[in-house]
Amino acid sequence: MAERIMNGSEVVLQALTDQGVEVIFGYPGGAVLPLYDEIFKQNHIRHVLVRHEQAAVHAAEGYARSTGKVGCVLVTSGPGATNAVTGLTDALLDSIPIICLTGQVPTHLIGNDAFQEADTTGITRPCTKHNYLVKESSKLARTMHEAFHVATHGRPGPVVIDLPKDILVAPAPYIDPSQVQHRTYNPPVKGDRSQIEKAVEILASAKKPVLYCGGGVINSGTQACKLLAEFTRLTGAPITLTLMGLGAYPASDRQYLGMLGMHGTYEANLAMHDCDVMVAIGARFDDRVTGNVDFFSPGSTKIQIDIDPSSINKNVAVDVGIVGDVGHVIEDMMKIWKAKQYSVNQAALDAWWGEIEGWREKRCLSYVQPADVIKPQHVIRRMHALTRDRKTFITTDVGQHQMWAAQHFGFEHPNEWMTSGGLGTMGYGLPAAMGVQVAHPDATVICFSGDASIMMNIQECATLTQYRLPVKTIILNNRYMGMVRQWQQLLHGSRYSESYSETLPDFVKLADAFGFTGLTCKDPADLDATLQKMLDIDGPVIVDVAVDDKENCFPMIPSGKPHNEMLLGHETSGDQAIDSDEGMVLV
Amino acid sequence: MKETEISKHTISVLVDNEAGVLARVIGLFSGRGYNIESLTVAEVDAGSRLSRITVVTSGTPMVIEQIKAQLGRLVPIHKVSDLTLAGPSVERELALVKVIATGEKRVESLRIADIFKARAVDATNTSFIFEIIGSPEKIDAFNKLMEPLGLAEISRTGVAAISRGTLMM
Repeated sequence: MAERIMNGSEVVLQALTDQGVEVIFGYPGGAVLPLYDEIFKQNHIRHVLVRHEQAAVHAAEGYARSTGKVGCVLVTSGPGATNAVTGLTDALLDSIPIICLTGQVPTHLIGNDAFQEADTTGITRPCTKHNYLVKESSKLARTMHEAFHVATHGRPGPVVIDLPKDILVAPAPYIDPSQVQHRTYNPPVKGDRSQIEKAVEILASAKKPVLYCGGGVINSGTQACKLLAEFTRLTGAPITLTLMGLGAYPASDRQYLGMLGMHGTYEANLAMHDCDVMVAIGARFDDRVTGNVDFFSPGSTKIQIDIDPSSINKNVAVDVGIVGDVGHVIEDMMKIWKAKQYSVNQAALDAWWGEIEGWREKRCLSYVQPADVIKPQHVIRRMHALTRDRKTFITTDVGQHQMWAAQHFGFEHPNEWMTSGGLGTMGYGLPAAMGVQVAHPDATVICFSGDASIMMNIQECATLTQYRLPVKTIILNNRYMGMVRQWQQLLHGSRYSESYSETLPDFVKLADAFGFTGLTCKDPADLDATLQKMLDIDGPVIVDVAVDDKENCFPMIPSGKPHNEMLLGHETSGDQAIDSDEGMVLV
Repeated sequence: MKETEISKHTISVLVDNEAGVLARVIGLFSGRGYNIESLTVAEVDAGSRLSRITVVTSGTPMVIEQIKAQLGRLVPIHKVSDLTLAGPSVERELALVKVIATGEKRVESLRIADIFKARAVDATNTSFIFEIIGSPEKIDAFNKLMEPLGLAEISRTGVAAISRGTLMM
């Protein structure tokens, strides 16, 4: 197809359409007015108006992670772009494919400190996978298509395209995606055959294997998750998931040990510590997972599969590193396993499972729900029970409620759990839920939040109302920044410096002010009825649940400690101070 | 090699010569806390708009591996090659060295320059500018000798390096 000449804004919209974009989350401003004019004139792409640019990116993240597609964002120059930075960093750390179009002052004004000018490519260079400043109309279409290629290939991530206003109005040639091949960026998906063979051989001879899987499996796709389930059956190995990996393997399965890491289960962390062969699949040995790396799984042979070569041997040295897409590599591993007729060492595996069952008997997530006060864990458990028969998506903010949701809501399928893992961004939950609901209008979308987190993007309630997005927000209200309070209790002598929520709004009135329903619940006896009422309401709801304000999130591996020194809540009665200067300096 | 032993590596990076590519490379080093001992960059193929960056860095083997992997995943990068591991290589640097001296010291500086095959590219009654080309170690040695003789100012290009023999990056 020959080049077609359009104006710059038409080129951008055409490229988005040809790349399959259906929804864009954005906020207008001076530098992007030509694009908004073009959006007005067309019917292919739906624009969702957020109330803050950070929320636009989180909404796009929710959209992307719940669909497997690219999330799209449009913001103006200067403050529009800088407000998006937190969202972009969040997407970078959690490997979410995002295209963020930012307006820019006209090319002849760049560098003049013009009105609403910011060095957007400079500012976003370290918080994007890649970014572009389009200074020539002839490169606009190519840049748009390349950006989608970069965002979705290899390890996914956010890509910024900075668009000066003159480029948006000048005539520009359009070429379609099939005419664009990337010069340098074509990461392989197939792993190295000899490394894979080596890995399979090691795994087949394992006596105490463990599979440690992360968000990379979900990014690889639903097919990869199916292959992972087959692989887990084939090897008989216990499997644990990271925070980002939840849903990649069904939580109800017998071989699943629960989440691992700082607030992971006792059995998952002990299995990681004591295993003889560890297979890390799409997981990056984050410090929240490893604890003190010097004592991390000391006796194991480590195999790591990751599409990003820089994830291998970054924090923990591994014995076999396989660069490739986890779906492809797992498939190859199973083929080799079957072709070479490997079988598991059943006697050793039975003994290993015996040990694991012993750890499971600790019932590390158990809690007692008293008659007078609601335990936050109980809210999550009840919500899980009440939504079992519905298509349900969960988003969270950051803190104790996030960890309780991760621990107690059993995720059976991929792409149904959206949380800010790497960056830990308070204020993620509500806009992410918005994005999920836009993608899945008929599904139940629940945002678990805290009384502090919810305030960080509360303005998005207006977006919920405008687009009739029936997001259900459950605030686990303990009147504290709970995780901060927990650390102050454990590490700083219970000096609760600035972590008490002195003045909280009346969330029922707040919901009312935004035009939807607010509910409250204090009495454990009313909990189920309140949650059911929330589910039955055809529209957005905020539920303010007063929970036990002294409850701490356990189990916990204190910073600087190895996996086998975790604290179990019911043994420490929540009062144990951690006597560690080393822990105090860590995060 | 011990995992904790710090060694110096010369890494060649072939990149698209486009705006911001140097900032990406430097930002990677500063953002992740890697060390840059020297860095040079210039276009080497105008036709395909390729530039070659030569960076001298140091770290444990794990850190060096990480640096190469991090460089490799930058989008405009074509190739990353560790010349130190690839085999023997030639490393050259150019320095301009200003020596301000009179009398015997001035004469001595000329004699040393002769030994090092450094060329005087500027002279006044009280100063010389020497141009010296060689390995960084040779330039270090030259500067050390010039120090008591009136070394006033140094400008160095940083290292350009290439593998010996038929080996290409």
